[in-house]
Amino acid sequence: MIEILNFEFMRNAFLAGIILSIVLAVVSFFVVLKRYSFIGVGVSHSAFGGVALGSLLGISPTLTALGFAVIVSNAIGYVGRRERLSTDTAIGIFFALAMALGVIFIGLSDKYNTDLFGYLFGNILAITRTDIVVVGVLGTIVLFACYFFFKELLFVAFDSEVAFVSGMPVVFLDHFFLTILAFAVVISIKIVGIVLVSALLVIPGAAASQVTDRYVSMIAVSIGVALISTTGGLVISYYADLASGATIVTFASLIFFIMVGVGKLRKR
Amino acid sequence: MSKREVGSGNPVIAELNDVWVGYNGKWVLKSIFLNCRAGEILGIVGPNGAGKSTLLKVIIGLIQPDRGSVSLFGKKPGKEARLDVGYLPQISHAERSFPVTALDVVLMGMYSRIGLFSRPGRKEREIALNMLSMVNMAEHAGRPFGVLSGGQQQRINIARALCSNPRLLMLDEPSTGVDSVAQEDFYVLLAKLRDEQGLSVIMVSHDIGVITSHADQVACLNVEVHYHGEPELCISDEIMEKVFGKDLKIMVHDSKCATCHMRHEDV
Repeated sequence: MIEILNFEFMRNAFLAGIILSIVLAVVSFFVVLKRYSFIGVGVSHSAFGGVALGSLLGISPTLTALGFAVIVSNAIGYVGRRERLSTDTAIGIFFALAMALGVIFIGLSDKYNTDLFGYLFGNILAITRTDIVVVGVLGTIVLFACYFFFKELLFVAFDSEVAFVSGMPVVFLDHFFLTILAFAVVISIKIVGIVLVSALLVIPGAAASQVTDRYVSMIAVSIGVALISTTGGLVISYYADLASGATIVTFASLIFFIMVGVGKLRKR
Repeated sequence: MSKREVGSGNPVIAELNDVWVGYNGKWVLKSIFLNCRAGEILGIVGPNGAGKSTLLKVIIGLIQPDRGSVSLFGKKPGKEARLDVGYLPQISHAERSFPVTALDVVLMGMYSRIGLFSRPGRKEREIALNMLSMVNMAEHAGRPFGVLSGGQQQRINIARALCSNPRLLMLDEPSTGVDSVAQEDFYVLLAKLRDEQGLSVIMVSHDIGVITSHADQVACLNVEVHYHGEPELCISDEIMEKVFGKDLKIMVHDSKCATCHMRHEDV
């Protein structure tokens, strides 16, 4: 266990993994309560377009991915509020559009970019010191945002109509949360990958909801599940020589099924 | 106090003047004239799809009418007027697993007042617990909201709404998911709030029995308002029962039908 920490890339991976576990666990609490799972899928995949654009222009793919994810998540929120379109229609459109743009950007770029595969499925070897700083800064922003607006976000998740009537700025809070969601997605891309990050936006909160009925304990359990999944997944992937993102998600799913069982037993 | 006297002569707090609302090229509300006076329970009854929930949303400004005007506490319904309204939507079973206690839900009623960046403190907890006692739910304060019965959840929602000191309660199908004993208790509570605190109530339901036995004024709605007046007149009409199951198209329009637009044509 100690020897894997001798490698700098593993130390970086663990550090980034621990930070993003806490961030994703808190965000996933709201994703589950707001039933935003599919929005998470759409937003994470839209980051692909951003990564490809960054690589085409030769600027930081993290920056362009953040831009894409923020724009797409807010666009989904905006279109989903219109009467004539449902949210899942909006997700279906923007998700595909961002992916299509990504493919076009890759085609326009004359250099063959092996990095893109790493962005799709995660590549812990690629995590640099700079990435840790980016994960730390963006992660802190997300956590503070959730902390300061916690009661508002909770009320809107509980019943947005009642929250609106009682004077909550519901539309602002929705877009605020969608922006937070985009931040959380972007910091997870290098470890878990675009394709799999949406799982970590759902599983920690969903697992926690099986065994808790208070929000404080649900958040605590959600963080625990995310931390165990990420660190456990990293260790397993190292020793078994498996893809890190896929191992983390598989391990997290396993914990989820165990929690479902525990929840059933508790209810008896 | 007899029902007939309740609220009459009090100032009008909510008024709809020739309100029309269309959706997908169809009128869901047509030429609605309606008012509610301070300290009165106004029951709006009609079958499913009659536009009852839409009407409630128009009154609090969640839906803008295509034509006509609405006034709530003498103002256009907006953020300011809504601060005096406690709104209870239909009980939704989707919320069952939401990880909050009964007390947490009541505290939500004060979130707007507490303001951004701060948490409910000792004072807010005290107010919330008082409201829970008022609705006889104090001993359930620490229980998960989702495990409570429909009637208990409704009382919690009332307590939440009362936290903001509303002058008007708006209830959407308050009988949904509530057994008849709990329903009876609930309407006794509403009458108590009306008598002791001068609270006005607007509620909509498809349950004619509930409305006629507990409301001071009744409006029969099916896209248009077909009757607005006292419940005794509404239910005594045997046509009422016949009509209600199928298509609502009657009824008594008399001098008591104060705001009814058909008054001039029919009577």
